[in-house]
Amino acid sequence: MLKLLGKFFIFLNELFTRRESAKVYWYRFLDECITIGIDSVLIIAIVALFIGAVTCVQIFANLVSPVIPLYIVGNIVRDMTLLELSSTFMCVVLAGKVGSNIAGELGTMRITEQIDALEVMGINSASYLVLPKLLAAVFTFPILAIFSGFLGIFGGYLAGTLTGILTPEQYIYGIRFSFIPYNLTIPIVKSAVFGFLIATISAYKGYHTRGGALEVGKASTAAVTNSCIAILIADYLLAELLT
Amino acid sequence: MIEIKNISKAFNGKVVLENVSGVFKKGETSLVIGASGTGKSVLLKCMLDLVEPESGDVFFDGREFLHVSENDRKDLRREMGVLFQGGALFDSKTVHQNIKFPLDMLTQMSESEKNDRVEFCLHKVGLDGTGPRMPSEISGGMKKRVGIARAIVMNPKYLFCDEPNSGLDPLTSIKIDELIKEITDDFNITTVVITHDMNSVLSIGDNIMFLYKGKKIWEGDSTTIMTSSVKELDEFVFSNHALKKLRGEYSK
Repeated sequence: MLKLLGKFFIFLNELFTRRESAKVYWYRFLDECITIGIDSVLIIAIVALFIGAVTCVQIFANLVSPVIPLYIVGNIVRDMTLLELSSTFMCVVLAGKVGSNIAGELGTMRITEQIDALEVMGINSASYLVLPKLLAAVFTFPILAIFSGFLGIFGGYLAGTLTGILTPEQYIYGIRFSFIPYNLTIPIVKSAVFGFLIATISAYKGYHTRGGALEVGKASTAAVTNSCIAILIADYLLAELLT
Repeated sequence: MIEIKNISKAFNGKVVLENVSGVFKKGETSLVIGASGTGKSVLLKCMLDLVEPESGDVFFDGREFLHVSENDRKDLRREMGVLFQGGALFDSKTVHQNIKFPLDMLTQMSESEKNDRVEFCLHKVGLDGTGPRMPSEISGGMKKRVGIARAIVMNPKYLFCDEPNSGLDPLTSIKIDELIKEITDDFNITTVVITHDMNSVLSIGDNIMFLYKGKKIWEGDSTTIMTSSVKELDEFVFSNHALKKLRGEYSK
């Protein structure tokens, strides 16, 4: 385990040494922002809308009582979305989409000698291939988290008002009730950290693939599972640190 | 000239290369031959520092390669061109972009200079007009040619080819061999080819090194290989009927 961690940190160090010119990274960064960020918007939108809706329905079903006002439903949807769902849940979904994509891409490049081709040209392949992905993940994940948070709350609004659980006024009062602006920073920080973990763990798994197509598949699977575990551990640590 | 000295490599305790030394001269096409699993590709990867050998040195025109700073190694790498076994073309780039890539990354040339250079290289390997195509849209032989074009685009002093004929039909193999020979002669570079294709051995091998179980056990050229008395080399070279017959006629 320690050996693996050591190798992982050496890999991280490689990303920042012998870098290419900033111009090269800029163009690759923009490409990766599209692949990692923009291409994930649809799946995040669907997941966020439905999770917000389900949260609203479940809270109403389990919490409704004559002594609890209905606007509390909106209040809890807001807090659950901001504190957990828009960052942690979203990043677990992205670990599947983005993580497997990164590991698969790098793994295929490794077994088809494309990474060796970069190395013999004198290019730091780890830095050239992985650093833009890492920067793009850390940059786009917080934006996706904000987007996801907004849609999650909107999903709760739709489910709550269209099914007659509560009125639009009650829901909006609930989401504004005892609002702590600091809580907005939590999904942003969390998603940036999770983006870092997903990009680096998946890149490490893909970059160190050896063998053939079967091993690329195994690397993708390992990238997703390891990223999910890392997200959950980091989620606990960040919850302790930030709240 | 490339000189390798006492290269040894083992994987998980299994020795793959044992004290392999040799010299590959400028202007010559040097071949490293041997059966599958004898360490040919590992030797090439050790020479390129893609695999770290347990011991040994590699010198490019007297300049040490393996035990120098990363920056010095990077400078030397710019003088090398490598054709990988599968071509190793970047899937997401067109043929033109693949060949232009080293120029984009490593030079300060203008766009028009780069494009001219790419067109020159494409013409050199006989692939005029294929620039806009993707690697997935071209044949195996064309991929090798594009690989060669990318390898020579930086005007290298040293060209390495890892099994350039693998997976190709005999006619295309001959064309690739002729192309490698032509490039070596035209640019007066040092070329090292890893192969087990006997047609290459007999047609372009100015200097041939035979590896057997990780050791160099014979060195010569395409003429002396016909009369060698090394049993392991004989078994490897004359393993097929046509070559056996050819050897019989040659000795008459």
